[in-house]
Amino acid sequence: MSAQKQQASASVEQPQPRSAYEDFLYEEAAMLDEWRLEEWLDLFTEESIYEVPRAGADDSADSAEDLFYISDNYFRLGHRVKRMLDKAAHAEWPRSIQSHIISNVRVTGSDEKGVHVTCRFITHRAKNDVTDTYVGHHNYILKTVSGKMRIMSKRSFLASDSLREQGKVTIIL
Amino acid sequence: MPDTLVTESNTQGTSLIVDDREGGLFKVHRKAFLDDDVLEMERDKIFNRCWLFAGHASELKNPNDFLTRNVGGKELIFNRDRKGDFHAFLNTCPHRGAMVERQESGNALGFKCFYHGWAFNNNGNYATRHQKGTYPEDFNHDGCANLVEVRLEQYRDFFFINFDDAAEPLESYLADSKLIFDLIHNHGPDGMEVIGGAQKYSIRSNWKLLMENSYDGYHAVDTHETYFKYLTDAIGGPAELPQVTNVMDLNNGHASIEGDAPWGRPVAKWIPAWGEQAKTEIDAIRAEVVSRVGEEEAHRICQLGRNTGIFPNLVINDIMAITIRTFYPVAPGVMNVTAWALGVKGESREFRKRRLDNFLEFLGPGGFATPDDVEALESAYRGYAAYQFAPWNDISRGMSRPEGEPFKADDEEQMRCFWREWNRRMGEE
Repeated sequence: MSAQKQQASASVEQPQPRSAYEDFLYEEAAMLDEWRLEEWLDLFTEESIYEVPRAGADDSADSAEDLFYISDNYFRLGHRVKRMLDKAAHAEWPRSIQSHIISNVRVTGSDEKGVHVTCRFITHRAKNDVTDTYVGHHNYILKTVSGKMRIMSKRSFLASDSLREQGKVTIIL
Repeated sequence: MPDTLVTESNTQGTSLIVDDREGGLFKVHRKAFLDDDVLEMERDKIFNRCWLFAGHASELKNPNDFLTRNVGGKELIFNRDRKGDFHAFLNTCPHRGAMVERQESGNALGFKCFYHGWAFNNNGNYATRHQKGTYPEDFNHDGCANLVEVRLEQYRDFFFINFDDAAEPLESYLADSKLIFDLIHNHGPDGMEVIGGAQKYSIRSNWKLLMENSYDGYHAVDTHETYFKYLTDAIGGPAELPQVTNVMDLNNGHASIEGDAPWGRPVAKWIPAWGEQAKTEIDAIRAEVVSRVGEEEAHRICQLGRNTGIFPNLVINDIMAITIRTFYPVAPGVMNVTAWALGVKGESREFRKRRLDNFLEFLGPGGFATPDDVEALESAYRGYAAYQFAPWNDISRGMSRPEGEPFKADDEEQMRCFWREWNRRMGEE
């Protein structure tokens, strides 16, 4: 390995075995299922983003050029959590019942931003006697900060062509 | 409870509305939201006769561009032909009915039905050759094999269709609401464009409630409490709604509310949270608008915002961002909503990002406000199931103001403008 390459790889995190990421994503899903949202927010770094592009958008979707459903920086994500926990967030009060299922976890690469991990999801949200289903895939960039796995970026892509069925995205997918 | 919808005299409209100007009371019967017969009448007397928003010129940039969408409950092709002229066609093969174009958008010289292969030029003309003797010699002399073209007219790049050949021209239909389109158009020197694609969602409620809600200045403080908490933090100061507002009856059922508001506006009202660099940029944008349209109109464009309802189902909300929103009932209790973001042509990437961030903080299925509106509309609809025992909605707020005293945005006059036109049209033969 050349000196140059060695230097570049020094700033790139060596991916851990897949099971480490699976454990992390299962724990995240449990936090969402159980409305432990402040704990969930702590998974994110202050430079992180959380995005939900329009249904059917591909992985290259850019929130500066296309209309998304959600494009939060850490500040707004904090307010999203605060809002969801507020009884005045009428769409989520009384609270919906949720189930986050994660599968097909793959480590797809690693660069200076972090380790890229993708998985499929099925998220159910039940309220007012209606159960809505959200299906798609999450793209994560994860990074170890002070020995702890943290989220730099979470982007949730819906495998549908509209929100005609669900009507809204008022939960974290 | 009214048994028949239409009263004997057409001038009285329907029996579903009480418009007591002397008594200062305006009521809408909840059957107007629930009844299948009412929806059937709305399809016939409103959606088949009014001008309906079909698309924006910026969505078809080049000759031969097309898009397909459902407008007024009908599958439509909105396109430009080889010469660049705009058309609207029913997206149904004159032969046996299948859709002749099934992609959402594209560029094509013609359309071809996949069922039996009938083909059409993009000006709608039938373009299939058959063996001699298969059809009569003069087949299609009456145009029966062409795509059915729908009346299409535009104002300020907004294209509307009308299924009624006898309907008045678009500009006369839009009446004083043309002002709203003018103000929007003048945000930028080269006009406006639709950004990316549409948010397509649904609401389990009646379509008319979304029109009411979209320019309801009364509900904001209660329904959107959490949005204002966020905004207070985002702008670093109190987020208070304007004391001075302007309510505009734009005639023909169109109406708008106007006022200053605590949020920043991409064109062109700076807030400290955007930083000093953005301030320089926004000052320059404002100066450009002033130089083009003068101080007075520039104030309306840059400082004030407007929530506008164009009868029957187009909302243009020029608030912290600009959204165009149409909706159509698939059943009395279900509507499909399609919403777009509109931006100034040629604005920079940073500027566009700021605009879209502003849009998403409030608007759409993942915003901090729209989902709570949706919850209110769905909740109201569930309440209407008891209409036989709780029959009337009240829309009287501000109605008994003394003659000459202007209405306020948290009055409900703008909704009465909608309902009076609804009532008039539903009472027509």
